[in-house]
Amino acid sequence: MTKQIKLQVARYRPEQESEPAFDEYEVPCHSDWVVLDGLNHVKDQIDGTLSYRWSCRMGICGSCGMTVNGEPKLTCATFLDDYAPGPVRVEPLRNFPVIRDLVVDLGDFMQKLVRVKPWIVRSVEKPLAAGEYLQSPEEMDEYKQFSMCINCMLCYSACPIYGLDPKFIGPAAIALAQRYNLDSRDEGAAERLEILSEHEGIWGCTFVGECTKVCPKNVNPAGAIQRYKLNAALESVKSFFLPRGA
Amino acid sequence: MTPSHDVVLVGGGGAGLRAAIAIAETNPRLNVAVVSKVYPMRSHTVSAEGGAAGAIAADDSLDEHAYDTISGGDWLCDQDAVEAFVREAPEELLRLEHWGCPWSRRPDGHIAVRPFGGMKKMRTWFAADKTGFHMLHTLFQTSLKYTSVVRYDEWFVTKLLVDDGRVQGVVALELMSGRVEAITARAVILCTGGCGRVFPFTTNASIKTGDGMALAYRAGAPLKDMEFVQYHPTGLPFTGILITEAARAEGGYLLNKDGYRYLQDYQLGTPQPKPVLRSMELGPRDRLSQAFMKELEKGRTIETPYGHVVHLDLRHLGRKVIDAKIPFVRELCQKYQNLDPVKDLIPVRPVVHYMMGGVHTDINGATPLSGLYAAGEVACVSINGANRLGSNSLPELLVFGARAGQAAAEYASRDAPIGAHASAQLHDERQRLERDILGKTGGRERLADIRDQMQKTLEESAGIYREGAKLAWAVGRLRELQDRMSDVAIEDHSRTFNTERVAALELACMLDVAEAIAQSALRREESRGAHQRTDFPARDDRRFLAHSVISRTSDRSVRIEYLPVRITRWPPGERIYGEVTPHDETDKATSRAIPTGARV
Repeated sequence: MTKQIKLQVARYRPEQESEPAFDEYEVPCHSDWVVLDGLNHVKDQIDGTLSYRWSCRMGICGSCGMTVNGEPKLTCATFLDDYAPGPVRVEPLRNFPVIRDLVVDLGDFMQKLVRVKPWIVRSVEKPLAAGEYLQSPEEMDEYKQFSMCINCMLCYSACPIYGLDPKFIGPAAIALAQRYNLDSRDEGAAERLEILSEHEGIWGCTFVGECTKVCPKNVNPAGAIQRYKLNAALESVKSFFLPRGA
Repeated sequence: MTPSHDVVLVGGGGAGLRAAIAIAETNPRLNVAVVSKVYPMRSHTVSAEGGAAGAIAADDSLDEHAYDTISGGDWLCDQDAVEAFVREAPEELLRLEHWGCPWSRRPDGHIAVRPFGGMKKMRTWFAADKTGFHMLHTLFQTSLKYTSVVRYDEWFVTKLLVDDGRVQGVVALELMSGRVEAITARAVILCTGGCGRVFPFTTNASIKTGDGMALAYRAGAPLKDMEFVQYHPTGLPFTGILITEAARAEGGYLLNKDGYRYLQDYQLGTPQPKPVLRSMELGPRDRLSQAFMKELEKGRTIETPYGHVVHLDLRHLGRKVIDAKIPFVRELCQKYQNLDPVKDLIPVRPVVHYMMGGVHTDINGATPLSGLYAAGEVACVSINGANRLGSNSLPELLVFGARAGQAAAEYASRDAPIGAHASAQLHDERQRLERDILGKTGGRERLADIRDQMQKTLEESAGIYREGAKLAWAVGRLRELQDRMSDVAIEDHSRTFNTERVAALELACMLDVAEAIAQSALRREESRGAHQRTDFPARDDRRFLAHSVISRTSDRSVRIEYLPVRITRWPPGERIYGEVTPHDETDKATSRAIPTGARV
């Protein structure tokens, strides 16, 4: 008989429940099963009404972030056995409105993503015929880690500032802004600086680094935020002494 | 009021986003909508690892890329399409560089290229081993700057609106609210990717359910070459997670249970310590997956709880190379297989990976159905023929995404008025969905059971080796499962983010696509590329140097016709690996193999 483990899964169907409740399911606890395998077992064999997002189950699409025993996790990379003998409590990511069961509303992040202009900004674009922009491996290392974000939202779920102040543009968006700011091909840092500094949220970020701790891709958004704050402070000092555009 | 756009794209992966940008750049006045069942950055392009081919090296040429592609495809590729593809691929990859894609570089700052399976020259651009991830995020982020592109994130398209012989939009279900709406358009481009989930063991994400293929097929646009299913030789057992071909391009060995580089026994060359292009572990995927099956028959594979495996050995590459060139391979092995390729052997087995077949299109992505276009894995142009070469699918989605976008933009700019019948069709589709899925009560069949049986049926009949009787059985079995679908139980009656309803809609799509695969495989009485018939073991150019084109007739039976392959400069020949190819004299010195038969 296969070892079993109990999942306590947060359920919320807005037509049915006025607030979230927990349903319990017994699922097999194979050594190579992840939490997502447990949820898929529930959906296929026990209760077809459970809703959650997932897709690649190899930690790269960023769909299956949930709160597992209180911590934000990619459920495709979180093994059930690590929680044996259980129970395993599975809840939606925190700090987001819940649409249904384990599905949260990402609308706010999708808006914020556009605002940081996450694309190459240049005054003059090089024609294709002129070939590639040269970029040494060292220049690439400057921004590379910030380009690894999979938008899984674990950092927003862990961020104490975002929890208190949803207007805070948040760790992943700032890391992405830095990804372009630090790219030798980009000239858009000044435009992004204005967007990022228009809200005070960023100054509330202390170097707690919860975002960096939970990041499944070692992106270090906290590092991006601190570096950005330093830049922003320098720029504001400069603008105090120098006319704009200097 | 019915939302209306000039062009609607179904799917927001690499092909869809490239098409969206192409439309925005071709004619900024056109209003473009990207309708996707997931947020675009979740699309399966994200999982592609190894790289994207485009000839740029000084010793390389477009003709060599074309020849590798055509011979790799066992001469079923349309050569005019391949010529356009190899010509435009480097330009498209360069464009992505200008948009910020972090391609791996040489120390001098130029783009680096790596070897890849079936390619005679180093021409595969890569972003470490997360190439698809970086391409998708670059495309998605770049698409955000075009204000003419709007998105319908998490909308599932259930039907194409066809009126007056033209496609004029879609009907779609919004997941969050459960509402069903028509979204009309002058042209529609399908960019929904493949259908690996019709098989039980696949690298494909859960979203790869063949929706676009089924939408086209049901609307009367035929599917082409559906019998050609690619097994990638190196997937992790149980999860099916892909271990990229780049692992072998960097020098990995495939070993059987005796630690023997068994590919030398299958006309793939002689083993050398360093990787040799178009040889051994850098042979094409079809031949490597077939060699695995032969080893299995000979009892030289390793048995595990998740089926037989062979070993991929990267240990001799060392930690530094692994961390620099294929870090994701190490991450995946450590996280999902609890082993470290720096010191451990990786168990691998062939895994369903890619559909060479798809919606029949011309070289500009146009289907025979007016107003309907397709690009990327959902489409079959065909540049992949009977077997796609690794690293050709990423440039394919760029080249043909852009071509389809431009063609659809021109079509939509000309004259393609939207007729008045959309609302009537919306009404009918709402009724159908209500009756079959959304409002359904009292079914007795379990969705997961029908899905599992479909997957098992295809694996047993349409796997690496096939046989007529088994395929005929599969067709009957799939028909039976289609019938059982009408009695499926839907437990979830919520309108809000109802994933069970979506799963039922997806399964219905997969059953249609699965049948097209089995039917097409049954009718092709030869062996070519990824389609190997034990009852017809030889390639038969006289009868089957042709594309199969399957369409559904009104009584639900199918019609299969054959279209000639377009040959421009490379007449059908023998596929030779591990040897110097006849047209390539210059490389003799470096690739002449020393027959050692050595075990490693």
